[in-house]
Amino acid sequence: MSQASLNTLVLEEDEQKEKYLTFKLGNESYGIEIRYVTEIIGIQTITDVPELPEYIRGIINLRGKIIPVMDVRLRFKKPFRDYNDRTCIIVIAIEDTAIGLIVDSVSEVLSIPDSEIVQPPEYTKMTNRYIQGIGKTGEEVKLLLNCSKLLNDDEAEKLVTLI
Amino acid sequence: MSQKNYFGQLELYRERMILCKMIDSDPILEMYIFESTQMIEQTEAVILDCETANAFSSDSINEIFRNMHTLKGSSAMMQYMHIADTAHAVEDLFHLLRERQPEAVDFNTLSDVVLQSVDFFKTEIGKIASGESADGSAVSLINQIQHFITTGLQESGGESETNISSDIEPLYVYHAIIHFYKDCEMENIRAFQLIHHLEEVAVRFFHDPADLIDNADSCIRDIKDRGFHLMVESALHYEQMHEFLMKTSYLDTLELQFVEAWPGEEPKGEAIKAEVPEAAPREPASTRLEFNALAASSLDPGSSSNPEEANMPSAVQKALSNSKPSSHSPMISVHVDKLDRLMDLVGELVIAEAMVTSSDGIYNSNGDSHSFKASSQLRKITSELQDTVMSIRMIPLTATFHKMRRVSRDMSRKLNKAIEFVIVGEETEIDKSVIDHISDPLMHLVRNAIDHGIESADERNASGKAVSGTITLEARNIGSDVLVIVKDDGKGLNRDKIIAKAVSNGLLDAGQLELSDREAYNLIFQPGLSTQDQITEFSGRGVGMDVVASNIEQVGGIIYVDSVPGGGTTVTMKIPLTLAIIDGMNVRVGTTHYTLPTTSIKESFRPLQQQLLSDPDGNKMVMVRGEIYSIVSLHERFQGTAADTDYTKGILMMVEQDGKSLCLFVDELIGQQQVVIKPLPAYFRKLNRSSSGLSGCTLLGDGSISLILNMAELTGSSHKVSNNSSF
Repeated sequence: MSQASLNTLVLEEDEQKEKYLTFKLGNESYGIEIRYVTEIIGIQTITDVPELPEYIRGIINLRGKIIPVMDVRLRFKKPFRDYNDRTCIIVIAIEDTAIGLIVDSVSEVLSIPDSEIVQPPEYTKMTNRYIQGIGKTGEEVKLLLNCSKLLNDDEAEKLVTLI
Repeated sequence: MSQKNYFGQLELYRERMILCKMIDSDPILEMYIFESTQMIEQTEAVILDCETANAFSSDSINEIFRNMHTLKGSSAMMQYMHIADTAHAVEDLFHLLRERQPEAVDFNTLSDVVLQSVDFFKTEIGKIASGESADGSAVSLINQIQHFITTGLQESGGESETNISSDIEPLYVYHAIIHFYKDCEMENIRAFQLIHHLEEVAVRFFHDPADLIDNADSCIRDIKDRGFHLMVESALHYEQMHEFLMKTSYLDTLELQFVEAWPGEEPKGEAIKAEVPEAAPREPASTRLEFNALAASSLDPGSSSNPEEANMPSAVQKALSNSKPSSHSPMISVHVDKLDRLMDLVGELVIAEAMVTSSDGIYNSNGDSHSFKASSQLRKITSELQDTVMSIRMIPLTATFHKMRRVSRDMSRKLNKAIEFVIVGEETEIDKSVIDHISDPLMHLVRNAIDHGIESADERNASGKAVSGTITLEARNIGSDVLVIVKDDGKGLNRDKIIAKAVSNGLLDAGQLELSDREAYNLIFQPGLSTQDQITEFSGRGVGMDVVASNIEQVGGIIYVDSVPGGGTTVTMKIPLTLAIIDGMNVRVGTTHYTLPTTSIKESFRPLQQQLLSDPDGNKMVMVRGEIYSIVSLHERFQGTAADTDYTKGILMMVEQDGKSLCLFVDELIGQQQVVIKPLPAYFRKLNRSSSGLSGCTLLGDGSISLILNMAELTGSSHKVSNNSSF
């Protein structure tokens, strides 16, 4: 590795900052940080794997790699919707874990400066555990997802099932 | 621009060198550990051989001497002085043995001393490998060795020292130019290593660049540009010298030529014998001075040596043109990670190939036979490629078995039992990852056999057996499995004692006593069961055999024991050749595909209505040839779909694992295929929900995923699940 490629690496990091890939679930618009996103693919044949939570739909074959896929609708306790040709799988990678997120449709990549992001309101504490902020873009708002919570925050989930 | 770039790279390279010293993935360190381990193992094997033969042949003395010498050198280079010092002491010892050839040596003490040093090297290098600081103290060991030298060897020394010089061989002078691979890096260190080895075979030598370590940068550049020049005087013949130099790691090209005479000396022609200075052999200190002086006048590459080329014997020229003599060992060492990666890729290639050739388009769209031919050729090549990659990972059991020889030696000394250790079929090959799993279990078994199995000499005498007990370690191939057998001719297992113990430990109900011999004997694999009344250093705590069993189960193998009272015990391990690829049967359940290991399938059939039964709880069963088997519907087990499936419409697959049978209900058989096992995503483990019943997944020809069933978990015969006799 030469100095030059190090520089471009730093540049790339900069370029990825404050950029979000936005997608839709029903009427709401969500965004995830672009640095987590590896690729976006259309819906694939999903192989069901037994004894997993409902929102993990199974595994797919991504060019020889086996990755799990999560239906974000089901993760957020929304009703299941049949997949169509707009349905997309966003492949994200967090700390060596690759996982596909099934969303209704992918919209665009947006620049949302940190100054335009506000904390989610306090009183919705129970429901916003996956939201790390709310981004304002013109008239619209985007719910910005906390990817690692999405994957790992199972504690709250278990509590809910207990109740 | 390019200049700047070059310096930038150099800077980075330096930084990396500094980093390398701190982190443990340093390639030099890795190589050191690998080579030293090999040398130590070799030494150990030689010593054990000698001990069995009860004599140290001059070959083995030389070999140990050489190994220790190299170990000393490389350890000193890596700054592990205590290892170097110990190696030096052992080297001294064998040097004396070699020179004086004493008649009366206490071989037992000798091998004890050397094996102790071997153990010391092992622990220290183990520490280095695991990133700890190697801080063992070698002082007492070195003292011991020196004590042995003074007491054990002194009496017969002296007169033979003069013997060596009497049969002096003719010495030859060579000029060698060595080029290393372009990007092997650290050329000076490679050259240094070479020189270090050269000290053993050369009477004297010098090299250019002369200063390998201190002026590293300029020296590396010199070697890169002009090659590494060596002037060697040695008793080795041309072929031997060539072979010796070819062993250098990262060697790219070698030019080796005869030179008439040592630079600055008179040509000696062919009759060189007598004139050679007698002081030269084995006196590095004095010669080094000499070639430092000579190095100053340096070599002019090529100019002095070219005329001689015409005079060379034709055989030599032939060897020169053929740069790799056939006797050169064609071995390289490769990191396992690289092999794993290669294996993954080939697995994917096989699948991709299946996708391409099985798609209908290739046969039908053009209808031309060309693409058909090409694709069948492709299939042939990929399957050959797959076989080859698999075979790379296969290594013989030799090393593992020889380790056991050491264990048996130590035990027999300690327990004062004479043991004859027989190894059969050590050349049997088995996957590297499997070998790692069975060496611990093997050690347990061998220890148990010696400690529990073999009786004391008196007992053996009384029962009319040979005084020394025999332990046989055997390996052989059976289909896609390997049998590893540990057999002793000791007293055998005591059936009643085992059962009594099992009952008292609550492993067995008192009423449940009608066991077959095999069932009874196999109780010893249950946790907490030891028939040894006294706990010894080696065994008797009742842990061990269950660890053995679970280790073997981990690699998908099975273990069982047979015994003849008074005649000995045989423990047999049946281990799959490889973990990565299995022969699988693909079945369809609903829309999902599953793969069963073919080895566990006994038969498959479509049941008739009158064969089917169900009990009041709704458990389904099937009667086959008078035997009742329970039915597990994969629909229910894995997909939670309705239980009222019509079994007469599908297929029942009778599977057996560790003697337990049941019938799996599936919709359709798809076909048999070799499949590459891929693990399920690690994320599933994070979810803390074990997908029990599955051992992984694989890709089918059309790119879809098939889940591989874990038979041990499905049949409930896994060691953890069933606590009662599972055999």
